Amino acid sequence: MAEYKPTIGIEVHAQLKANTKLFCGCPVSFGADANTNVCSICLGLPGVLPSLNKKAVELAVKAGLALNCTIHRESIFARKNYFYPDLPKGYQITQYRFPIATSGKILVEGREIRIKRVHLEEESAKSIHQEDKSLVDYNRSGIPLIEIVTEPDIDSPDMAVAYLKTLQKILQSQHISGAVMARAEFRCEPNISVSKKEGVLGTRTEVKNLNSFKAVKNSLTSEIKRQIEILRSGGVVEQATIHYSEETGKTWKARTKEESSDYRYFPEPDLPPLIISQEWIDEIKSTVGELPAKKIERYIGLGIAEAEAKIISNSAKASRLLEKTLEIINEPIEVSKWILRDYKNLEEPDISAENFAEMIKMVLSGKISRNAAAEVLKEMVETKKTPKQIVEEKNLVQISDSGALEKVLLEVFKENPDELTRLKKGEKKLTGFFVGQAMKKTKGKADPKEVSRLISEYEKKY
Amino acid sequence: MKTILEYQEQFKKQEITPLSLLERSLANINPSLNAYITVTEEFARKELKKDKEGKLKGIPIAIKDNINIKGIPTTCASNVLKGFVPPFSATVIERIEKNGGIFTGKTNLDEFGMGSSTERSFYGPTKNPFDPTKVPGGSSGGSAVAVASGSAVISLGSDTGGSVRQPASYCGLVGLKPTYGRVSRYGLVAFGSSLDQIGIIGRNAEDVEIMLEVIAGYDPKDSTSSDKEVDDYHNLEKRPKNIKIGIPEEYFKQIDSEVYSSVMEIKKALEKENITFKSVSLPTTNYIIPTYQVISYAEASSNLARYDGVRYGLREKGEDFHDTIRKSRDKGFLPEVKRRILVGTFVLSSEAIAEYYERADLIRRLITEEFNEVLKGVDCLLTPATPTTAFPIGERTDDSIRMHVPDRLTAGANLAGIPAVVAPAGMIGKLPIGYQLIGRPFDEKNLLSIVRLVEKIAPFKWFLKEDKNG
Repeated sequence: MAEYKPTIGIEVHAQLKANTKLFCGCPVSFGADANTNVCSICLGLPGVLPSLNKKAVELAVKAGLALNCTIHRESIFARKNYFYPDLPKGYQITQYRFPIATSGKILVEGREIRIKRVHLEEESAKSIHQEDKSLVDYNRSGIPLIEIVTEPDIDSPDMAVAYLKTLQKILQSQHISGAVMARAEFRCEPNISVSKKEGVLGTRTEVKNLNSFKAVKNSLTSEIKRQIEILRSGGVVEQATIHYSEETGKTWKARTKEESSDYRYFPEPDLPPLIISQEWIDEIKSTVGELPAKKIERYIGLGIAEAEAKIISNSAKASRLLEKTLEIINEPIEVSKWILRDYKNLEEPDISAENFAEMIKMVLSGKISRNAAAEVLKEMVETKKTPKQIVEEKNLVQISDSGALEKVLLEVFKENPDELTRLKKGEKKLTGFFVGQAMKKTKGKADPKEVSRLISEYEKKY
Repeated sequence: MKTILEYQEQFKKQEITPLSLLERSLANINPSLNAYITVTEEFARKELKKDKEGKLKGIPIAIKDNINIKGIPTTCASNVLKGFVPPFSATVIERIEKNGGIFTGKTNLDEFGMGSSTERSFYGPTKNPFDPTKVPGGSSGGSAVAVASGSAVISLGSDTGGSVRQPASYCGLVGLKPTYGRVSRYGLVAFGSSLDQIGIIGRNAEDVEIMLEVIAGYDPKDSTSSDKEVDDYHNLEKRPKNIKIGIPEEYFKQIDSEVYSSVMEIKKALEKENITFKSVSLPTTNYIIPTYQVISYAEASSNLARYDGVRYGLREKGEDFHDTIRKSRDKGFLPEVKRRILVGTFVLSSEAIAEYYERADLIRRLITEEFNEVLKGVDCLLTPATPTTAFPIGERTDDSIRMHVPDRLTAGANLAGIPAVVAPAGMIGKLPIGYQLIGRPFDEKNLLSIVRLVEKIAPFKWFLKEDKNG
């Protein structure tokens, strides 16, 4: 018997990083006192008209470009009509038939997810329900959003989460949206269906109120299970809105009454068609930075392992340090190792690429040991001194001179007669022990390679 | 009967003062005509004290009560806006204030502009000063009556399907609906946003020209306003020569024979002035009313959705939000507005939109193309303004279809977004009747200069009595 396969598409609403609302000059800020960032326009008072925020258009175009979409030089705003206290005009200004961007794609874990459309729209206000009354805060009313809709290209809850994380990264790295989920700057509504037949989609349901990636994964897993159970028992999945409870991890169907709406979309007569010149699109294109997937690919091309490339590209600081350092010393693998281990361990401090490169050069030339270098790095962060200064001050120059090292070794042998006896009897693993002792004695300055060479020579003598 | 410039000349000669003109105007308010919803005497006296200079210095002006004046209630003649006081003024109001204009008050209208008689007002019907048993026309009936009865020198109305021009015809005045986008709509309470345009009702073309110079022009707050340069409407030096006017045959059908004769008299008089006429045809004329209804109702159903009792206006107590809004809207709106909201909601619904709204939108484009095509061959069109003179109060209040009949002659200009002006063509019995000129986009200046010419050669006996301001 064939297995049921899930098909998932996702709608994401992302708040644009604009200073003012989409159709008025009210500031966009998080955590302001209720109903302080409002005006006649975003309250929808009689007689007001919308004026489009240019910055929001620019960011929406940028999002379209970052998601490899076709940008439409002409798009049209539409009204989506429904009654709700948090919708002051009784309609939301959005884009319907003619969105600003369509037909994009992004790579998620090596697979292509197609982006159906990106459009601009205004945010609704926030209802606060109390026991005996409801309050509305209109600060959010009119905040600029983009809605990003995928084709049904996602086939598992894990892939859904991976897509969302990739998308979030793109929006953040391009300064399109803060995309902080906890601030409702990045909200997702997956739709899902299950089917046995390839190419045939089942009836889909839409999951709402998801506030974390965990909730996305759990709700989708639960919803897939719910739909399969219905189909296995011979039932029919109904098109519905699905709610999810973070506490129980369960999904359930909303009452059908809640969703029987006809939004009566029609072109917004208060706004002429949005015309974007090719020059402006090109100008915006020049501000789109390298996308995370491209960056990973490029790092892999330099010889850095995929897992490491991913970790470094995830951090703007780490990527910047890597790239700047590579301009000075062309040792991608070595540099990436230093970034991944020591730099990351220090929680990505601010250091200059010049100093970082100099430190790595000292290691590669054998001037200082790896252990000493780790200390240099710490010291660099704390004192802002150059590696050269630190090495001199702390006398960290590696001892590679075999005469000096032999002297150290003899002392170490003397201090550990039992281990020496066992070494002489052929217990090879004691080589490591003596290298360690020699390092300790020289405070890490001994060249460990030279020390172990000397030990094996010493062994041969016996 | 004085013009704006004549009053201002009198101010200069100190024959009268702006205050005395205001006081005489306010004294002319006849409560039995019910032209005003709110008289703003105190506000006007305060404004006068600022003694602002400008093109409208000291001129008493009446404003239709769907245009916001900061701090003065806007009712739209609806109970649903009970208690609403706008915290901002319409752009046109700001421009008039800057030019020294003085507001006498907010005038009556059909609720939200939906009607042709100013009978469908929560504040009762307005009456025609020529015959109080007749309607003044609508929906800007209050603004027309204020000017016709001498309580304002000039007034603003709004014109979605003829609401400025039709009352101008019934009250013997000049009513201009400018090109869509020529005057900012910011602060005008929306009825049919793609058709609405603030218009002017005055006693003569010159006054209308002066007002248009003040209120026209680009407004960043209205994205549909045009950035085209504003004409020097009042300067007549560049009056065009060799004017050719089209007579669209469809507009002369289904009208009273006396109305026909009145408009023909205007034609004859203009022919004597070496203006040539040409018969033209606009076959889509019969689709104007249904197209206008579908589009304006659809937009109205959305525009009026904000009156839910949550933030301002009438709120009736209900069990939950949807119950509260249902009760508030039920009590707030009069039957005609409810009817239009219902029809408008239907024509946008997913099962009907293709058959109604989208089809109407398509026909609207055909109507527009047809006007543009015909206006390539002629400078403007001469038509009757209304099929009849003012009809009796109460005659059509229960008959929405008949109420829409005059729209056939006026709503075409709204659908096509082109300018149109109505001006007096004489009297039929004791009631005035107007003619209409429909022009090319932004051609207000030429339309008004033809009206001026008609005023000069006045082929009919001038009928307006000397008012008390004389």
